[in-house]
Amino acid sequence: MNDMKMTAQAAGLFATYDVPDFFCELLNRRDIPPSGLQLVRDRLACFDPGELRRRAAAVEAQFYRLGITFTVYSDSEAIDRVLPFDVIPRVLTAAEWDHVERGVQQRVQAINLFLHDIYHDRHILRDGVVPEHLVLGNANYCQAMVGLDVPGGVYVHVNGTDLVRDRDGRFLVLEDNARTPSGASYVLENRQMMLRLMPDLATGLDIRPVDEYGPRLHRALAEVAPAGVANPQVVLLSPGIYNAAYFEHVFLAREMGIPLVEGRDLMVEDGRVYMRTVGGPRPVHSIYRRLNDDFLDPLVFNPDSLLGVPGLVDAYRRGNVTLANAIGTGVADDKAVYAYMPRIIRYYLDQDPILTNVETHICGEPEGLAYTLANLEHLVVKPVGESGGYGLLIGPHATQAQLDEFRALLRADPANYISQPVISLSVSPTLCPGGVEGRHVDLRPFAVTGRNTWVLPGGLSRVALRKGSLVVNSSQGGGAKDTWVLAS
Amino acid sequence: MGSGIMTQVSAFPPPVLPGLRNLLSRYAESTMWLARYMERIENMARLIEVTGSSVQASNMDAGWDSVIRINADDALFFQHHEAATERSVVSFYITDRDNPDSIVSMARCARENARVLRPLISTEMWMHLNVFTRWVMELGPDDVGAGDLSPLCTRLKQDCQTHFGITEGTLYRDQAWLFYILGKNLERADQITRLIDIKYHTLLPSGADVGSDIDLSQWTSVLRSAAAYHAFRRVLPEGMTPANIVGFMLKNDGFPRSLSASLRSVDGALSSLAGEYRLRHCSPILERLEELRVTLVEQTVEDIIMRGLHEYMDWIQRQLRQIQNDIAHAFWPPVVSVQA
Repeated sequence: MNDMKMTAQAAGLFATYDVPDFFCELLNRRDIPPSGLQLVRDRLACFDPGELRRRAAAVEAQFYRLGITFTVYSDSEAIDRVLPFDVIPRVLTAAEWDHVERGVQQRVQAINLFLHDIYHDRHILRDGVVPEHLVLGNANYCQAMVGLDVPGGVYVHVNGTDLVRDRDGRFLVLEDNARTPSGASYVLENRQMMLRLMPDLATGLDIRPVDEYGPRLHRALAEVAPAGVANPQVVLLSPGIYNAAYFEHVFLAREMGIPLVEGRDLMVEDGRVYMRTVGGPRPVHSIYRRLNDDFLDPLVFNPDSLLGVPGLVDAYRRGNVTLANAIGTGVADDKAVYAYMPRIIRYYLDQDPILTNVETHICGEPEGLAYTLANLEHLVVKPVGESGGYGLLIGPHATQAQLDEFRALLRADPANYISQPVISLSVSPTLCPGGVEGRHVDLRPFAVTGRNTWVLPGGLSRVALRKGSLVVNSSQGGGAKDTWVLAS
Repeated sequence: MGSGIMTQVSAFPPPVLPGLRNLLSRYAESTMWLARYMERIENMARLIEVTGSSVQASNMDAGWDSVIRINADDALFFQHHEAATERSVVSFYITDRDNPDSIVSMARCARENARVLRPLISTEMWMHLNVFTRWVMELGPDDVGAGDLSPLCTRLKQDCQTHFGITEGTLYRDQAWLFYILGKNLERADQITRLIDIKYHTLLPSGADVGSDIDLSQWTSVLRSAAAYHAFRRVLPEGMTPANIVGFMLKNDGFPRSLSASLRSVDGALSSLAGEYRLRHCSPILERLEELRVTLVEQTVEDIIMRGLHEYMDWIQRQLRQIQNDIAHAFWPPVVSVQA
């Protein structure tokens, strides 16, 4: 309705802040801001950029000392890069979070029902809700999973849902990550760092804690262990120290208090999984694997891979060990299936989606194709199939020739495309070389599912550090922000 | 009252804590090697520093060849260098990335092992190791000039000792700690026997002159390179003879870097693994170790020198290598691929 009225005090740090056309997470929200949010604004306004910069430098130095890095390898040299961290938090109100949390839980529930269905009776395919070829012809559909009952019907134990906000501040789902979503460790580390470096900003605020993540994850993994095991041994399976996400693997194993193993630490005998210890083989019951399907078991998937464990899939199929996430979940976070997610939610749950997708036109359907062809210059067109290779078309930035070329591609193979409007992502005040400026952000909440689904309050807020950029990816120079969920 | 205290004690049997009996073989191996590399870096820094300060007075480049011999690197070194000068030896042992025994190479190995161990070691340990190894790995030729050598070695030694201190103060006492002790002390035992072997022969004018006039400052440098100078002085203020010095470094149980003290620590760690943690395969290793300790106790240093110090040091080194192999074979045996 009315933009937030700046108090005289609030002008300070934000005096030159200007985000004309976007939803700002902190400053031009349209609701009446709760007192907590107001407090953050007023406190931030009292900082001068120099002081913020001093603290940002301290954060970076500390991350570096701690080796909280992702690793980029070139030749034989390992270069550890610190994920750029912005000291201005992104704050979500209790009401906003309640909406996100319920939406994520609903989505995870639907995804798990969908996965069970497509690996069993395939009702949703027979009822024609989702085209059969999208699922059965999907490169991520795993034959070894057909007919297998996984403990508790849980396929996706850890899920990361990528959300953005549009011009009206509405949360929209951009993508589901149902395989091995990364980033939870940064959420916990960023919080530690924030509370140490900016205690004066957080004091007295009722911010929901994030440190429950490790125990919750451990409990969920124990809950889904094979039946009849009194004290299940949970391990985290990592590709090893050369993996870019190794820090996260270490962090999660520590938070859970479980061994971090590599494929060579595990062995399978008589369909049971053991880890090699100094006291001999010890049974393993539940594996949080941070290794893609293709590398899990050279006997079933890629025979050249040395990262996995020969016989693991056999042990899994015999029900002697649980894998989290299950094999073959990639079929649910596919771009093509994403387009059907609102229908999948309605089909299994008989509910409207709480979190909506970005408006998506399925070119494989006549209306979708017609709409896309007619509005191409306003749309983003994405190939969905694994055969891809065509890349994206960003309509507003395309030349007439590119538009024409894409129209031909669309007509030739419409089922390979979806189209979406360009979203004006929300911005969050961010410390930039020229002062505090608005930068685009997204949000990845993490959901942990054992007997039920728990969502880590907040999640990873990624921020595009380049002015105007919509790309928040860390490999593209994106950074991270702490996400504060206010309890009241 | 007395019995009350006894009751209290018996309420705390040796800890058998959940999850700690299952040390991954790979972690045990990395823990051992982390300790070995840090100990080796410290010894190398000590040796370079002492060599640097003891040769300065006379001929700048004399004495540097002994560093190469102690480390048995003759072949590799002379492939790339014509003579053992201060400059060539120092760069070979500090910054040469192609030399696996250089401090830079060892720091890299320490770091790789520490990365493997990150789930296990304390944050304090990791943070210090991370900063230290990064610093070492960035050392270049400009950092090891003659004037910078002593402060550089001092910092290297201090950082290693800080590492040992942090580890002692923060590493959880379970199987991993015992493998750490094994690594550190096997390395110490190995280093001190190398040092004695080479220095003894270098410094002794001839076999017949045992106990005759020798250059006191040279023997002082031997003691200093083993960090034994002040301890020796305290124990034997008048006895700066080769036999006394060798005896002190081999047999004095009060000196923490002596061969006998190192072997005792190895024995303690192995016995705990066998006893508290009931790990099998320890007995043959303990037997081999016991044989080694018995020979050391039963012979006087004069006997040892008379029968051949070099041969004895050589035999000990072979036994130490065998112990390392036995440990590897017992606790991280080669992976036999399982085919379903």
